[in-house]
Amino acid sequence: MKTLTKLQLSIAAMALSFSVIASPGVQLEDAKTDITDTASLQNGAKLFMNYCSGCHAISFMRYNRIGSDLGLSDADIEANLMFASDKVGETITTAMPEKGAAAWFGGTPPDLSLVSRSHGTDWIYSYLKGFYADESRVFGVNNHVLENASMPDVLWSLREGQSEDAFDSDVRDITNFLDYVGEPAKLIRTDLGKKVLFFLAILFVLTYLLKKEYWKDVKYGIWRKKD
Amino acid sequence: MKNKQSWIDQRFPLTKVWNEHLAEYYTPRNFNFWYFFGSLAMLVLVMQLVTGIFLTMHFKPDSAQAFASVEYIMRDVEWGWLMRYLHSTGASAFFVVIYLHMYRGLLYGSYKAPRELIWILGMVLYIALMAEAFMGYVLPWGQMSFWGAQVIISLFGSVPVIGPDLLSWILGDYAVGDPALNRFFSLHVVALPLILVVLVFLHIVALHAVGSNNPDGIEIKKNKDKDGIPKDGIPFHPYYSVKDIMGVVAFLMIFCTVVFFAPAMNGYFLENANFVLANPLKTPDHIAPLWYLTPFYSVLRAIPPMFGSQFPGVVGMFAALLILIALPWLDRSPVKSIRYRSAPYKWALGIFVVSFIMLGWLGMQPVNELNAFLARLFTILYFAFFILMPWYTSIGKTKEVPERTTE
Repeated sequence: MKTLTKLQLSIAAMALSFSVIASPGVQLEDAKTDITDTASLQNGAKLFMNYCSGCHAISFMRYNRIGSDLGLSDADIEANLMFASDKVGETITTAMPEKGAAAWFGGTPPDLSLVSRSHGTDWIYSYLKGFYADESRVFGVNNHVLENASMPDVLWSLREGQSEDAFDSDVRDITNFLDYVGEPAKLIRTDLGKKVLFFLAILFVLTYLLKKEYWKDVKYGIWRKKD
Repeated sequence: MKNKQSWIDQRFPLTKVWNEHLAEYYTPRNFNFWYFFGSLAMLVLVMQLVTGIFLTMHFKPDSAQAFASVEYIMRDVEWGWLMRYLHSTGASAFFVVIYLHMYRGLLYGSYKAPRELIWILGMVLYIALMAEAFMGYVLPWGQMSFWGAQVIISLFGSVPVIGPDLLSWILGDYAVGDPALNRFFSLHVVALPLILVVLVFLHIVALHAVGSNNPDGIEIKKNKDKDGIPKDGIPFHPYYSVKDIMGVVAFLMIFCTVVFFAPAMNGYFLENANFVLANPLKTPDHIAPLWYLTPFYSVLRAIPPMFGSQFPGVVGMFAALLILIALPWLDRSPVKSIRYRSAPYKWALGIFVVSFIMLGWLGMQPVNELNAFLARLFTILYFAFFILMPWYTSIGKTKEVPERTTE
């Protein structure tokens, strides 16, 4: 039992000391995504389904939720985005078998439902653009942002086929889509927030005037009812 | 109407309670900005209870399902995201409000006789609130939930002799896992909220028995008119009820700005690493408790292990918390309010505030040589505020306290 306590404390201590070592110091590029840009989100969804979803699930997300949020009909979704399942109400999983994944990549490719929340959009954008040739690696590429990443440079064909600006724009759209996937409520959150604050601002003026009116009694010393 | 009222009054003291605690509860007329935070704390408590009820309807206290159920609330439950953000932002807002409320107590000597019991009840509330917040943070079962719990709970294992048994008694297992999650859920949604509500009730009963302090730190009950009403008092209702409603709206404007525009508050209210499912095999890069616990976490880290045990640090951390309870007896000053205090007290309070904020900031930082030195320095200053208080509150010249409240 005593060793257990020591183990736990040493884990805690390790965790504290790890934090000193693990500052990657990688300069991240500003992703400049705009979640209100529906066209960008639609393009991002399409690119994600074509280039990413073969290996990565976004299992907290449903097909038809993407449809209703991004203005796509069920038919659009079925025709263009659904590769791994046959019902629009299903969550977006991947067809890749876990055992195979472990053998091919050394581990299951992570679920990306919340990658924008745990790593941020700048990280995703820089990571996707951060591949460089490195013959010592299995897939011949390494990554500036995540050293020795076990993922191949899956976007290479996208990069080859177009100008650098157009590629950046596509990567930005994928990043934007993942930002949306991380928090679908973000689409309506800020708009609703403006309305709520507008309402509260008016309410504040009213409550301020009410308070001022009542406190006149205090100011002039007449708060008590005359009997 | 009148008939109904008397029908009830013959069976329940409705009018009596209303008058004693609102319409004829006389409150000093000179409350300033610092006096909004008591009512705001009540508001946040109610908000946490209500949003908590809705979250509990959908949350699954099971280590295999908890994380996904939170995301289910965020995505598939109608308005679930709003309930969750109100609740998570509410937790931080609770501490913001409570810290300002406690600081008000320090500024105007509200803990001094005859209000010692109000202060003690408030301190017990504060400690219960910390436990409530800590257990709530474990529930989403992300990496920070798990590792934060691991670090904090392992402190109990450092208690001499009974430590290891205590640890497995708390966890119901040898490590943080499903049994811990389940019992923390139970404590978070039933036991601690009940305790909090009862303590708030007692806190207010004690307050209304003695009456509120005020920025001048004078007792308004010493100056009554021929009807026995304090000359500097005004009925709580309607004057402070309308004023507090205004305060509530102002507070909600700031609160909603966070909820709708920055609910994660850049990692201070919802940490990035907590969006990754708990993984006992993978320690996150940096483990820090949420901001409201970090001053005490800093004290814990500042005290070096002695005789191969972390226990002195744990004792230091709890001492830092519990020493606040002794405040009414450490303060020897003849005056209450900062307005009439001696210069040494003003200096001491200033140094204390800086130390507390710095300890809080250091608690979020990784340990290095400079940070460790600073944490020790500010830990010493933090304790010095209390230990030297009997001395520095009895020296220096205090100003004369007026008979009546000033505007």
